Amino acid sequence: MRKQFKKIIQLTTLSSLLVLTACGGNEPAGDQDAQTEGGAVKADIGVVSYISGPGAAYGEAITNGLKLAQEEINSNGEVEINLVVEDSAGKQDQALTAAQKLMNSENVTAIIGPTLSTEMNVVGPEADINGVPIMGTSTTAEGIPQIGEYVFRNSLPEALAIPAAIDKAMEKYDAKKVAILYGNDDVFTKSGFDTMKAAAEEKGLEILTIETFQKGQSDYNAQLTKIKGLNPDLILASALYNEGAVIMGQARKMGIDVPFVGGNGFNSPEVINIAGDAANGLIVATPWYGEKDDQKVQDFVTKYEEEYGKKPDQFAAQAYDALYIMAEALKNAGEADRDAVRDALAEIQGFNGILGEFSFDEEGDVVMEPTVLVIEGGAFKVFE
Amino acid sequence: MLIEQLINGITLGSIYAIVALGFTLVFGVLGIINMAHGEIFMFGAFIGVVVTASFQGPLWLAFLAAIAVTAVMGYLLERFALRPLRSKQGVSHLAPLISTIGVSIFLENLSHHLFGAGNHPFRASFAEISFQIGSITVYLVQIVIFVISILLMYSLSFWLGKTKAGKALRATAENLETASLLGVDVKRTITMTVIIASAMGGIAGILVGMAFNSVTPQMGLSIGLKGLAIIILGGMGNVKGAMVGGLILGLAETFIVVYGDSGYKDAIAFAAIIIILLIRPQGLFGQKISA
Repeated sequence: MRKQFKKIIQLTTLSSLLVLTACGGNEPAGDQDAQTEGGAVKADIGVVSYISGPGAAYGEAITNGLKLAQEEINSNGEVEINLVVEDSAGKQDQALTAAQKLMNSENVTAIIGPTLSTEMNVVGPEADINGVPIMGTSTTAEGIPQIGEYVFRNSLPEALAIPAAIDKAMEKYDAKKVAILYGNDDVFTKSGFDTMKAAAEEKGLEILTIETFQKGQSDYNAQLTKIKGLNPDLILASALYNEGAVIMGQARKMGIDVPFVGGNGFNSPEVINIAGDAANGLIVATPWYGEKDDQKVQDFVTKYEEEYGKKPDQFAAQAYDALYIMAEALKNAGEADRDAVRDALAEIQGFNGILGEFSFDEEGDVVMEPTVLVIEGGAFKVFE
Repeated sequence: MLIEQLINGITLGSIYAIVALGFTLVFGVLGIINMAHGEIFMFGAFIGVVVTASFQGPLWLAFLAAIAVTAVMGYLLERFALRPLRSKQGVSHLAPLISTIGVSIFLENLSHHLFGAGNHPFRASFAEISFQIGSITVYLVQIVIFVISILLMYSLSFWLGKTKAGKALRATAENLETASLLGVDVKRTITMTVIIASAMGGIAGILVGMAFNSVTPQMGLSIGLKGLAIIILGGMGNVKGAMVGGLILGLAETFIVVYGDSGYKDAIAFAAIIIILLIRPQGLFGQKISA
């Protein structure tokens, strides 16, 4: 009943929302010809991102990362990229409309985005049919690059990240029994949960209970009290950081002090901002570690902080690397042609970005080593 | 564990009840479902966050500021979204509903711009005060929420039933024209009702912020819909019904997690409402309307 009513309301408001959001978030497309003109390869890259709505923080980080990379790439002079940003508002229909608008524009060579795996599931096939290379920078669910030849991603899939984190946590804490908690109304957290459950079963962990919650919920006491009564060694939580941080806050408050293992969406410095000390003991596997002793990484962090006043999260970092990968492909292709760029993307191997050494496998999926981190004393540290 | 869950359920239920009281007050007088109530509630919570976190103000100041801001919002809502529709001939009775939906979308996006998309923690030392009874931890906030909801219910009942202003309000609810012929300042009564209902939403917002330590621009919608379900369950426009309905929904949601599957939390809670309504279509405390 609630869902239906919500739907009715959403439908009645959708049209007005669409009108409202359609006005914002556009950047004028460059009027120059997207062709090679004296050395630099010029190209318009479309961006579909989650800029307004509940997950606007992801879109913000992603577009910030892209813009930073764009500045650097353009000042290098080999490739000149113009970004055409569209808002998807986290909605499949809007993501599709935005992507179609970009694909129908002759100038757009490739698309970066959309933000959510759910959005990619509708946008990906469309891009593949139209022969427009598309690269997700934050789409970590199963099966994304398998959509088609033109679909890529540079975001570490949950299927690699979660088992790595569980492995390390099991070793360190000698864990036998776990409780699982996940958001059941989001494809991303649901897919994270499937991966967690499969990994836990495979490693012979006893699953005491599986609890769920919904987006935007603020009271998790009922689920947590139940989990507390069962005394798990670890809590596996597939949650986005907004909900995840509140869950940890409430858990620590009621005296649950076992470590949490989270998925990709849980991995954000925001968890520490929101939950404070309660965030200690969160274990995540990540492609991105901002404290890494690497000149490239440190330069990026400093520049990003100067520009936007906060530390970059993995979404910013992945977007940053994605545009560099795109630029590399454009350079290798030598022209802003959609098919040529696709082929050049598929050939990228051993690309050295701020996330580490990166390659595409034959399906356009990620090949790289995740780093396992833990929050200790209010900061992410390498988990050993 | 059982008693802890009972406390969880009562806390949640009391919050639902306070939100539903604001709904029921506006519905009882104006016959309007105020869809912006959830968003006003959310603003109350944000004002609490701003006062305690950004300005390091004391908690009582946060309460006062939230009440003041949400009361002003209530006034603006009445003045600009409801009153223009009331004075015009031939306006559909659904128009105020739609206009409050518009206000709710506006407020949600406004809070996005003002406060940002993320979750804001509510750091009040008051929220950390707890005591131990046996193996059970009880937070003072949980008791305060329950007490405030009961107090609000009784003062509302008293106000509506025993005071002159309350009588004027009920007369307005009965019939706008007649009440105004009998010398009731209808305009003032309606404005006051919306303001009081909004201020109650603001109080509920701060309480939720303290209890769950989570404030987001999206929190209004889901709690608004639950408030709506509760006043239907308790009987439209009925103060006691809102209280009991809130507690029933809060406890039902909590105990489904305890004994069943948390995935069915909302489904079973709302299924229970449908069943109750099949047996008592007027709601638990509602009067039968004879045609």
